[in-house]
Amino acid sequence: MRSNWNDAPGGFHPASAPDYLPREQLRAVQLQRLQATVKRAYEGQKLFRQRMDERKLTPAHVKRLEDVAQLPFMVKTDLRDTYPFGLFASPMEEVVRLHASSGTTGKPIVVAYTAADVEVWKEVMIRAFAACGVSRADVIQNAYGYGLFTGGLGAHYGAEALGATVIPISGGNTERQLMVMADFGVTVICSTPSYFLHLLERAKEAKLDFGRLRVGIFGAEPWSDAMRLRIQQESGIRAHDIYGLSEIIGPGVGSECHRQDGLHLFEDHFLPEIVDPQTGQVLPDGTEGELVLTTLSKQAMPMIRYRTRDVTSLNPEPCACGRTIRRIRRISRRSDDMFIIRGVNVFPSQVETALLQVEGTLPHYQIVLTREKGLDNMEVQVEVTPEIFSDKVRALEALHARLEDALEQVLGIRVMATLVEPRSLARSEGKAKRVIDNRKM
Amino acid sequence: MRLHQLSLFLENRPGQLRAPCQVLAQAGVDILTTSLADTAQFGILRLVVRDWQKAKAALEAAGMVVNVTEVVPVEVEDRPGGLLAALSAIDQAGLGIEYMYAFAAGTKAGKAAVVLRFQDVGKAEKALLEAGIRVLAEEELLGRM
Repeated sequence: MRSNWNDAPGGFHPASAPDYLPREQLRAVQLQRLQATVKRAYEGQKLFRQRMDERKLTPAHVKRLEDVAQLPFMVKTDLRDTYPFGLFASPMEEVVRLHASSGTTGKPIVVAYTAADVEVWKEVMIRAFAACGVSRADVIQNAYGYGLFTGGLGAHYGAEALGATVIPISGGNTERQLMVMADFGVTVICSTPSYFLHLLERAKEAKLDFGRLRVGIFGAEPWSDAMRLRIQQESGIRAHDIYGLSEIIGPGVGSECHRQDGLHLFEDHFLPEIVDPQTGQVLPDGTEGELVLTTLSKQAMPMIRYRTRDVTSLNPEPCACGRTIRRIRRISRRSDDMFIIRGVNVFPSQVETALLQVEGTLPHYQIVLTREKGLDNMEVQVEVTPEIFSDKVRALEALHARLEDALEQVLGIRVMATLVEPRSLARSEGKAKRVIDNRKM
Repeated sequence: MRLHQLSLFLENRPGQLRAPCQVLAQAGVDILTTSLADTAQFGILRLVVRDWQKAKAALEAAGMVVNVTEVVPVEVEDRPGGLLAALSAIDQAGLGIEYMYAFAAGTKAGKAAVVLRFQDVGKAEKALLEAGIRVLAEEELLGRM
């Protein structure tokens, strides 16, 4: 039986109830969960305990919600330094799932889930889908990559728990995506926005339309309102932004509602703060800064004050959809030099690792990002140095192949390497501009 | 008896060949012969010049990466089958040629010259000499041209 409990605008689902809690009640839930999480991290994470001890803090110091500001930050390199399992606060017998994503060097970062964590993940994904007006009546084509990346399985479990029909098609194979979309009566697609633009281009070339498709849930990379406008105009669907990161849970940390005016953070599970990226000082609501998140219910890997490096602001104004949970403005940029390509996080330092591996010394290089037919391309331009230059074509071609292989190994995606003439890349005063982003968001 | 060849890296786009030639012209260095190897992505310009040290210094001062390789200039008969004799000797010795290009003219009438690149230059010279093929000296070539 297909009920229409969430046909109402705003997508109400029983799991969405916490979205509408009165603020005071929400804050009470947050405080209680924060105290439990800090205690859990203090007892289970050596690194966190050490940092608390250095500051002469104990979990008992968290008396009010605002006290979170006294706690030490966690950063991405902490996950790398404790690789693979150093931040787990649950014994492995209780861990039911591991995911991994790219870190700042060759090693990935590993995240863990207990059965209860997976339940929370499902719940927030149901709430995200519901907020975008997706219901159990929908047929969802999940084009996020399945595997170690949290996008595929995160959206999958949530969509199934919602009761919708899920097509676990994963990423890639554009022709098959378009065929499935038309033949299976797909109404909702989950993908990166750039991949959807690519589907759009290919559909146009093949003179196909999107059939019953009505909603797109797009995440895993930053995109803009201009891109949304283009997607909506050219495809006739509603394009929604969803936010998440593996370190916190994966997709489902926040999502737009049908108003498409900022992303609601599921605050009963993830406590947000905005801080000055330089000083780490907490900034008031409405001010732009770096988003810092504290998990409030994670068991296997609690994260206290995780620096997301995503720049946004918190909007405390009540939303017209009726949700009381706060919204963040769409993420437009990062406070570090990380960028996202085809849903994969890339740091220039990873590129340097690969170049060093091949050449022994670090040549002058530049990363150029472009978007062609909706698909993101990354090119690494490497200046030829006397050490690597050869008069033999074969030797240079082998070097070129080694560069591309090393980059693929470190980044996890295939990117293009180009050998360029010495001194042909721009030098700037001080910090070199390593990334040229020519993508039109 | 070896020839110093200069190699330059060029990006494969219009106008790239001009810059090194301009540098050599300004430095007053004479180009004796040249060959260009190209792929879809890049090219390698190989040059034999009258004063390789001066040329190298000028090119490097202009920011170019210059690779110096020893290559073998071989005299061949300027008649059908002339090159074949040299190649046969190389085959017999079991040597592989990395690449090859020609001089416009040899050191004397009736002779032509080719430049050969080997992995092992010494071995190649020995094999050629044993087969009675004349390997030219750098001075000889420069003097003639």
